[in-house]
Formats: sequence, structure tokens, C-alpha cells
Amino acid sequence: MTIQLSHYLLLSAVLFSIGVAGVLTRKNLIVIFMALELMMNAVNLSFVAIARYMGDAAGQLIVFFVICVAAAEVAVGLAILIALWRHKGSMHIDTLATMKW
Amino acid sequence: MPQFVFLIILFPLFGVVVNTFLTRRWSETAIGWFSSAMVGASFVVSVATYATLLGFDESARHFQQVLFDWIRVGSFHAPATLLVDPLSCVMVLVVSGVSFLIHIYSIGYMHGDLGFRRYFIFLNLFVFFMLLLVLGNNFLLMFIGWEGVGLCSYLLIGFWYTDEAKATAGKKAFIVNRIGDFGFLLAIFLIWSVFGTVQFDEIIPRLASFPIGSGVITAICLLLFVGAVGKSAQFPLYVWLPDAMAGPTPVSALIHAATMVTAGVYMVARANFLYSMAPAALEVVAIVGGGTAIFAASIGLVQNDIKKVLAYSTVSQLGYMFLACGVAAYGAAIFHLVTHAFFKALLFLGSGNVIHGMSGEQDIRNMGGLKAKMPTTYWTFLAGTLAIAGIPGLSGFFSKDEILWKTFESGHYTLWVVGVVGALFTAFYMFRLLYLTFHGPFRGSRSQEHHLHESPSVMTVPLVILAVLAIIGGYIGLTPALGGANVFEHWLHPVVTQGAQAHALLGETAHDVEGLEYLIMLVSVVVALLGIWLARSGYLRKAAWPGKLSKGAAYKTILNKYYVDQIYDTVISQPTVKISEVMAQWFDLGVIDGLVNGVAAFFGWVAGWLRRLQTGFVQNYAVLMAAGILLILASLFYRVFF
Amino acid sequence: METVLFILLALSSILSALLVITTPSPIASALYLVVTFFCIAGLYVLLAAPLLAAIQIIVYAGAVLVLVLFVIMLLNLKRIEEKISRGWKSAGIVVTVLLVGISFAAIAASTAVLVLGTQDVPIGFGKVATLGQLLFTQYLYPFEVVSVLLLLAIVGAVAIIRKQGSS
Repeated sequence: MTIQLSHYLLLSAVLFSIGVAGVLTRKNLIVIFMALELMMNAVNLSFVAIARYMGDAAGQLIVFFVICVAAAEVAVGLAILIALWRHKGSMHIDTLATMKW
Repeated sequence: MPQFVFLIILFPLFGVVVNTFLTRRWSETAIGWFSSAMVGASFVVSVATYATLLGFDESARHFQQVLFDWIRVGSFHAPATLLVDPLSCVMVLVVSGVSFLIHIYSIGYMHGDLGFRRYFIFLNLFVFFMLLLVLGNNFLLMFIGWEGVGLCSYLLIGFWYTDEAKATAGKKAFIVNRIGDFGFLLAIFLIWSVFGTVQFDEIIPRLASFPIGSGVITAICLLLFVGAVGKSAQFPLYVWLPDAMAGPTPVSALIHAATMVTAGVYMVARANFLYSMAPAALEVVAIVGGGTAIFAASIGLVQNDIKKVLAYSTVSQLGYMFLACGVAAYGAAIFHLVTHAFFKALLFLGSGNVIHGMSGEQDIRNMGGLKAKMPTTYWTFLAGTLAIAGIPGLSGFFSKDEILWKTFESGHYTLWVVGVVGALFTAFYMFRLLYLTFHGPFRGSRSQEHHLHESPSVMTVPLVILAVLAIIGGYIGLTPALGGANVFEHWLHPVVTQGAQAHALLGETAHDVEGLEYLIMLVSVVVALLGIWLARSGYLRKAAWPGKLSKGAAYKTILNKYYVDQIYDTVISQPTVKISEVMAQWFDLGVIDGLVNGVAAFFGWVAGWLRRLQTGFVQNYAVLMAAGILLILASLFYRVFF
Repeated sequence: METVLFILLALSSILSALLVITTPSPIASALYLVVTFFCIAGLYVLLAAPLLAAIQIIVYAGAVLVLVLFVIMLLNLKRIEEKISRGWKSAGIVVTVLLVGISFAAIAASTAVLVLGTQDVPIGFGKVATLGQLLFTQYLYPFEVVSVLLLLAIVGAVAIIRKQGSS
């Protein structure tokens, strides 16, 4: 059977959900970060898939820009993580709990 | 002249208003005479109204004056209208006349009392309400007057409110009255739901569609009678009247002898068109009346407080009036009401003189020999005693005899015997009272004897007037048997035969004089004389039998009023207090407060639980956000695809 | 052929993604993420986007993840206490599963998606020349902005990292 757009979109949804699970369940900040990247990749995949099946190249260009932005975001994000490490001495997300009741 | 009827109730009301706001600095004399003048003016207008009525044709002796349109709600219409007919005319004459005399008497009796002005305000207010009661043309207006006199009774019984016992007596009167009022109110509701109106003249034509002995009309009559039992102190709601003697003596004379307590009799007489259609209710009225007559008379036999004897005597005489109503002799009942007003007011005022002269003593065992020191009081008191005992020639004889004759004539032989025995008791205890108070050696203290004096004329002249009325007042009702034309019965005839069915019960008032009537009359006289002879032997000639009898258990029971008050207390008052305590503790504090506090606590609990969502952990917030997004997606999905 | 490749790549990407989020060690996690990126790059090739596949590998796997690995090794990050209360963990799993479910439902019900069958791509689709053409004419403005953004990112990262008082 031929691969339809729906298959790619389903795959993208699964990868996205796995990313969400990672963000909501893991306690290590680095791992949460990586799960976030996973989510973005899933979205990129769905963009490319739709671009292919609609014959519109704009979808691919969007992914191009998303990758650029993701790179910038990773740089700044890791900088923040290092600053946090210096401040708290731990990568455990539960140390960031000042908005408590 | 008819348009001035409203003045009858306006004058006392005016007196109340003026006394409340303007007369604070006036002297006692001024306040007293002003208030009396107001009642006197009412009396004058009443006489004028009577004269007007006389001028009317016999069958058309009634007119109404609409004061204002009081209640008009949907189909319920109760105007504030005054009805003048022979019955209400008799009542206003008696009420305003006797009230006037008692007002004058009070000027002397209440002299020096700090509440002098307050007393006259309440007394005028009472007269206003009583006149409203008898002049109202519908049950609702009558009820207003009914409640008003109850209020004034409470205010005046507890007049010296700083004394706890006296204040309690006032409360007791009001509460027991309330029980009766409840019955009256239920009767009014029933009347309106059955007839669609509460006005007397509108109910009468609507009676035609009901059979005699109809259940619903019997119910109405019985409920009305509950009200009468409360107000007119019949068994079992009589207990407040002896306690009401805590009030000033003129109050006892006016309210608890001559006027307020007769409101029940008036009500039954006024509603005769209903009672004549419910023979079962009439039987109840007669039995309760007759029973109370002998019951109260038996208690009066042994009482030692001068006012208590008179109080039980009042209850007993009211019983006679209800007995008369119960055998459909409404005219006789009202006749006795009138003569009773005269001689009972007279007796009470006389006792007031005695108490006044004895520096406050009320126990007759400490009196005696007052005849010489208080002659006017003695002779008027004697006139009243002779009247109430039923000695021929005086008013009481004619009215009481008529009641007994009508009871016998209608076939109620047991009740007739009860009435006769009651008459024996009446004669006995009244003359016992007279002998112990006025005859024999003085048994009081030295200082009392020193201060003994006849009362001033402002307190003796009313007595004389009442004594004259007590003597000659009976002749208006002189029966044909003795050669009279029974003017009184004739005067009331159109009122008590309202409603066609009434004719069937009452028959014609004028009847052939039978020999039997003379026999009954003779029995009454013999019984009265027997009573007097027994009293004389026991208390004037000082025989030994009263002393011996007073050692017995029966004496003790009667002296303690058959322990009725104690029974009420144990069976009704204590349980009610206990239940109230339980309800206050458990229900009010526990359930109601618990409910209210519980609602608040519930919210506190929910809030306490909800605040835990704010954990401060970012991941937890992320979970909640994801859940929210999920909900939005779901709703979008639903909207797009369905 | 295409089908087989797709299934292979899809399953590997899912498997390695799962491993990313479940491995306790951060280094292992990062390595599995690299594998996932490669699989996705393979999928890009299948989708007639060779340039993007290359960019994905060069930038994501080659720069971003290297950066992450640098940070992990620099800070000598070890495994940490991953204790999470059962309630919140279950809530997270449930939310995820529901998310998958609703996505499946939406995709399955969407007729617009199903209409798009396998058409042939236009000539030159996904080629470097085509993309370059678009990028420097129609999308020139975003292109320039992105370059400024990258500059900002560099400056920002340095600013955050810099210890107070040092040059």
C-alpha cells in the first residue's frame, strides 16, 4: 500500500506525544530540553509531509526557518541552564519551586 | 343622626391620643375627668342612636355606616363598617354607660398612683376596642376589637408591672386568650372559604343553600365557640380570670366582669344565624356553659380572697349566659349580660371600696363589721348581692329565672337541675362573702381598724347609680307570666331571628303563660332562700358545720381550685418548656447553626483542598496546561466534525 | 520499496524517541536523540526534501546536540533522583495518551487530508536550486531577520553566561 499523508501525520503526532510525555514526566532539566527538541522535530516532519503532498515548497522553507530558530533557542536555553547550575547546583527541576502555595 | 355613629368609637380614641401626647403635665383630676368625659360623650351618642332606632319601623331597625373601604383583595372584601341594630345598641349602651361610671370611680381609686395617666390611656383604649367589637359589621372587624380588648386586658392586669406575680398574671391572661383567638381565627377562615364573605348581612342570605345540622357550619360554630371560651373564661380556658384579679379593682370591674368577658356571649348571640343551624354546636355550648356555671360556683364556695370569690362568680354567671345561648334563648342571654354588668360591676367596685378602706387587705377572714364604718358601701353591696342571688324584685332574679325557665322549657332537664344547684351555690357564697366582710366583729389588725373609712363620693356615687340599676334594671325584661310585656326580648327579636331556620328552633317569643313557669320560678326562689339561710347559719350565727367541713379532703381540693392550674402546668407548660429547651439546644444550635456553619466550613474545606494545586513545581503546572489544551482540542474536534 | 523504508524509519524513530525519554542517563538520552534525528532525516529524503535532510543532520545532529553533549560533559552531569509522585506521573501519561488518541481521531476523520493522495511531485521539487530561488526572492526578509536572530542568540548566550565582574 502506498504511504499516504495521514501516515506521516500520525507518525508526527506520536513523536510529538512522546515529547510531551518526556517534558511532563522527567525531572532532569537536560532531558526535558531534549524532549522539547523532539517535539519540534515532530512538527517539522508534519510540515515537510504536508508540503510534499500539496506540492507547495513553502512548507520546506518553514522547516528551514524553524531549524534556525531552534538552534538559537538551544544556545540561549543551555546558557540559562548553566546559569541555573551555577546558582542551584542541581539539574533537578523540583528545585525551581518558588511559586508554591 | 345615623351619620354620627362613628363618634361612639371616636371619642375614646380621641381620649387616648390626647392623653398620650398632650396631658403629661395635667393634674390627676384633669386627666381623670377628661377621660371620663370622653366615655360619657360616647354614652350620650349611644343614647341618641337608641332614640333614632326607636323611631324606625320595627322590621327595619338597622343601619350601617361605612367608615372606609378597608380590605379589598381579589374577591375578599372587608369594609370598616359600623352596624347599628338592636343588639349592638344594647351593647354600646351597657359598655359606654358602665365604663363611664367606672372611669369616674377610678379617679378616686387610682389617686396617688404614679401610673395614673397611663391607666386612663389604657382604659380609654379598652373602651374604644370594646365598642369597635360590638359595632363591627363583619367578623374581621369584630376580631380587631377582640384582639384589642385582649391587649388592653393584658396591659391593665399587669398594670403594676414591677411586681413579677402581677406581670405574670397579665401574661397568663394573654396567652390563654390566644388559644381561644386561634379558634376564632380558624372560624373566620372557614367562614370566608365557605361563604365568600365575612360580613353578617351578606352571610345570612347565603345560608339557604345549607342543610340544618350541616357539618361545615357546625365546625364554624364550634371554632367560634373556642374563641368565646377563651375570651369569656369558660372551662377549660377560665384559668386566667381569677389570676386577673392582680389588676386594679376598677379594671376587674370593667373588663373582667361587665364588658370584655361578655364579648364571647355577644359573639355567639351575634352569630345566632349560624348557631341556629347547628344544633350539635348549641348542645356543646349549653353543656360547657352549664358545667362551668356549677364548677366555678363550687370553687367560689370556699375562697377567702374577696376578689377571687367575685372572679369565680363571674365565670359562673358567664356560664349561665352560655347556657342560655345553648338553648337558643339568645335574648335571655343578653338580658342576663346586661343585669350582670350592673350588679357585678357594683360588687367589684364595692369590694374596691372595702380594700381601699382596709388599707389593701383582701382576705375576708381578716374583715368583719364593716357595715357600721362603710354604710354606703354596705347597702349598695347588699343590693348587688340580693340581685345576684336571684331574690324576686331585683334584676338578677328576672334574668336568671328566664334562663332557667328557657332551659327547662326546651327539654334540657339535667342542665336545668345543674343551673338550679348553681343558683344555690351562688346565693350561698355571695351571702357568705357579705356576712364575713360586713357583719360580725372586726377581725383585722389595730392599724387597719384605725384607718377604716368610707370612700369619697367620687367612689360612692357610681356605686349608688349601679345599685339603682341593679334593682330596677330587670323590669325591662319582665316576663308576661308576671304581667310584664318583656320589652327587652321584643326589642331583640328581629336580631335573634335572623335566618329563616332560626324560626324553627325558637318558635314565637310570646307564648301562653303556663302554670309550669310559676313552678320553676318558685323553685328558683326557694333555692335562693335556702342558700341564704345556709350562709346565715354558717357565718352569721357561727354554727359549727363550716369548721367541720373545712377539715375534709373535699374542702382542700376545692380550695385549691381542683388543682387545674397544677394539671395544666404539668401536662402542658412543663413539656412545652422542655421541648423548647431541646429544640433550642439541639435543633437551633445543632441543626440550623450547623447547616449555616457547615456551608461555610464546606467552602473552607474545598478551598483548602484546591490550594494544593499550587505546588510551585513547573512540571505540575505543565501537566495542567496540557490537560487544558487537550480540552480545547477536544472541543474544537467536536465542533469541526459534528 | 518506499513503504518498507517508511515503516523501518518510522519504527526506529519511535523506538529511539521512547528510549530518549526513558533512559536515566542524560548522555544515553542525547545519543538516542541523535539516532532519532537521523531517522527523521531519512524520512525527509523519502519526502523529496534532500536539502532539509542535510540541514537536519548538519545543524541538529551536528551542532545542537554537540552543544548539549558539551554542556553535559562540561558540567559533569550525572543521573539524578527521578522520583515523581505517582499521581502526577499517571496524570502525565494519561494526558499524553489522550493527546495521541485525539490526534488519531482528528486525522482519521479529516476528509481533506485523505483526499491528498500520492501525487507526483513537480519537477525540481525540493532541489537546492528551487529552494534557493524561493529563499532569496520571496522569503528574503525572513532570511535576513533570522540572521539577526542568530546574532542575538550568540550575544544573549554570552550575556547570560558571563560571571559578574569578568570581561
